[in-house]
Amino acid sequence: MADQEHRPHEHSHPGAKEYLAIAVVLTVITAVEVAIFYVPQMKPVLVPSLLTLSALKFSLVAMFYMHLKFDHRLFSWLFVVPMVLAAVVILALMKLFGVF
Amino acid sequence: MATTTAPVTAAAHAPAESGTGLWSWITTVDHKRIGALYGVTAFTFFLIGGLEAMLMRIQLAKPENTFVSPDVFNQLFTMHGTTMIFLAIMPLSASFFNFMIPLMIGARDVAFPRLNAFSYWVFLFGAIFLNLSFFLGGAPDTGWFGYSNLTSSQYSPGHGVDFWAIGLQILGIASLAAGFNFIITIVNMRAPGMKLMRMPVFVWMTLVTSFLIIFAFPVITVALVFLLFDRLTGTNFFAPAMGADPVLWQHLFWLFGHPEVYILILPAMGIVSEILPTFSRKPLFGYPVVVYSGIFIGFMGWGVWSHHMFSVGLGPIADSFFALTTMLIAIPTGVKIFNWIATMWGGRLELKTPMLFAIGFISMFIMGGLSGFMHASPPADLQQTDTYFVVAHIHYVLFGGSMLGIFSGLYYWFPKMTGRMMNEGLGKLHFWLTILAMNVTFFPMHFVGLLGMPRRVYTYAPHMGFDTMNLISTIGVFGIALSLLVFIWNFLTSSRSGALAGPNPWGGATLEWAIPSPPPVYNFGTVPTVHSLDPLWAKDGAEISRTANQVRGHIHMPPSSVWPAVSALGMAMLMSGMLFGWWVGIPGLVIMLVGLYSWAFEPCH
Amino acid sequence: MAVADVAAHAAPHEEHPTTTGLNSRKLVFWAFLGSECMFFGSLIATYLVYRGRDQAGPHPHEIFSIPFTSFSAFVLLMSSLTMVLALAAIQRGNQRNGAIWLAATALLGMTFVGGQCFEFTEFFYKGLTLQGNLFGCTFFVLTGFHGTHVSVGVIWLWTLFTMAVRGKIPKEKSLDVEIAGLYWHFVDVVWIAIFTLVYLIQ
Repeated sequence: MADQEHRPHEHSHPGAKEYLAIAVVLTVITAVEVAIFYVPQMKPVLVPSLLTLSALKFSLVAMFYMHLKFDHRLFSWLFVVPMVLAAVVILALMKLFGVF
Repeated sequence: MATTTAPVTAAAHAPAESGTGLWSWITTVDHKRIGALYGVTAFTFFLIGGLEAMLMRIQLAKPENTFVSPDVFNQLFTMHGTTMIFLAIMPLSASFFNFMIPLMIGARDVAFPRLNAFSYWVFLFGAIFLNLSFFLGGAPDTGWFGYSNLTSSQYSPGHGVDFWAIGLQILGIASLAAGFNFIITIVNMRAPGMKLMRMPVFVWMTLVTSFLIIFAFPVITVALVFLLFDRLTGTNFFAPAMGADPVLWQHLFWLFGHPEVYILILPAMGIVSEILPTFSRKPLFGYPVVVYSGIFIGFMGWGVWSHHMFSVGLGPIADSFFALTTMLIAIPTGVKIFNWIATMWGGRLELKTPMLFAIGFISMFIMGGLSGFMHASPPADLQQTDTYFVVAHIHYVLFGGSMLGIFSGLYYWFPKMTGRMMNEGLGKLHFWLTILAMNVTFFPMHFVGLLGMPRRVYTYAPHMGFDTMNLISTIGVFGIALSLLVFIWNFLTSSRSGALAGPNPWGGATLEWAIPSPPPVYNFGTVPTVHSLDPLWAKDGAEISRTANQVRGHIHMPPSSVWPAVSALGMAMLMSGMLFGWWVGIPGLVIMLVGLYSWAFEPCH
Repeated sequence: MAVADVAAHAAPHEEHPTTTGLNSRKLVFWAFLGSECMFFGSLIATYLVYRGRDQAGPHPHEIFSIPFTSFSAFVLLMSSLTMVLALAAIQRGNQRNGAIWLAATALLGMTFVGGQCFEFTEFFYKGLTLQGNLFGCTFFVLTGFHGTHVSVGVIWLWTLFTMAVRGKIPKEKSLDVEIAGLYWHFVDVVWIAIFTLVYLIQ
């Protein structure tokens, strides 16, 4: 009953190989982020590209390691709504304090 | 797998009632007992907060009075606000959540009974800690919203603010724990057939309130962390000299503070939504709309916080944005009010005490809402803010709103909790005294506010037009005190010798009225299946009542545990170690860890 | 009657049926993580709002060592891998492997915290203090709370390791490890946000 949401015959349930692959992807993305930081030509697009890449890492960990992709949607809602709220609060405060 | 088909006697399979000694109360995990603990504790603090108010009002009865010193007055208004909000209204609401939510959804207890007990003990220790300040150097005196940098160690060198900040951190943990518990209870422990849109409105409002708690309290936690770091370690989160902005405190505080006011009012709105249909003999008008309005208020409540900051200099764009959102949020509130009125319209009204308080709630809350709406306009608010006009607004919504709603619930559910009826005559007397006295107290505040009397002042000059109205307000406060004496007398005598209530003295529609008063420890003999809103008024209502009282098979109730109380004590000691020193903090940490590990590894849960 | 009693008691730790069919502990933990988003969000907002307001140094670009921090970010990411492998092992009933991966996760976590301690000491010697300027207090409080969360996680992991070594986490109790995993991955994900917003976007 506790495992009801795991659906044992789900073929897309990741195994060690997939987890390792994701770890490799996460490492590569981190390396790319650091590269973007150091390469002067990337400066104009630094902010949007780093935000996108880190959002991608965030999603990979949340969806696969935290299993949200395969679990009931309610878990995703419980996490995503406050996460969006937090992001909005950050942006609102930045605007109110004149950061942008 | 029952071995017989006939209902088995309760004695054979149902757990015995709990013991009665002190230890049974310290180790209880029964939501009904925890609800009682919350209720008694919170009401005691309500009286203490009321005493603080009376002392202030005596001081303000005439100009240039010397009843209390300015310094004591500052402590009184700070503690009055903090006490009423965090130690009275919130835990009174928690008392109702605890007692009623499992009963209304057909559950035997909350999702995490030990966490529930933990919430109570943390609340108690936090409340005690905060009030110790009176005896240990002086209570906090910087107002209940503790604006920086008045609260800095430079301008508030004593320990009052430390008591306030640490106390609120402790209380915050209690609220968070309860918030998590009730979300999961409501989401996951409903009777079969009780879909979300078949839940009583009180349950819905509790759910929305609980989400507001778990998302808003972390923000004030961070604000208090910054304040404590500034005061205890010399950081500069709010130090203008180092480039910091004291307005950051206001943003963080009100990001919490505005959802907080909805945390204070939504439960009362939920209570009233249960009572009006019962005493109108008519289902709630527009149930889905009332539910959606509550959800909408929960979301929109995050978008209005800077309306508490219109005089701070945010600029025209920010001011306009928040003015707009604030005006918009009046809409779902208004919608609820119309639905309540429509519920009564054409109904067969029974003006019993719970109903009187519910109707009182609507009218007083409308008045508070109107003054609130007036604040929504920044130019108008520039005059109103920090004057008695705001004090009038908050007391109409918090006393006229939340407290009247809570009293309504108390009279309504007292029979369920105790098995006895409260005295109807005394109840009506309480009601009329309250309505009269509260208006005498708070209505004049609109006028002195508009005439320019600031709030949080210990005295005022004569001949500014404030004198008579302040005196009237002070007289009113004694009327409130008298009304409370009537209530307390009624409560105590009815508990002892009120008429026996039976399961459903009011003819209510929701599941709690199916079971005995007071309920057995396991609540429902068998959890019934519901097929509609207002299950007891439905065609199968009698069947549901019968099922609810039949004990079939073995009922396993969670055993008592001391570890929640131990963990709470340890945690409170750890936090208070920030003020009292390592000799309290380190033992507290050890006790807390022992408590938590024992809790985690306790067998048979 | 006795048979019914025994049947009801046969699995005392069996979860009660729930309305959603989902496990209550798992639900409450996700709600808790949501709440933590608001906690870290407020800390991050403060850092970002105060960034650049200091007159007095030191300033971020003078202090940060991106290579070092990238490495410790990598360490934490890898600990998420070992964590999920620990869970997979426990879910298969393999407590020995589960214990090994749990230990690996805890050790990587301790490496991360060790790295933070080293990094903070370096910063301190370069003049960055809690009380010195806004960068100091906002940075240290934000990363300090994160580091505290990691440390609590490490203690939690070692506790689970001890239980697994004693054979106390059969696959029926894999939820205990799953929830610790959720906590651990969340702490990792917060670091992803901090690494980007604080270190890389200066």
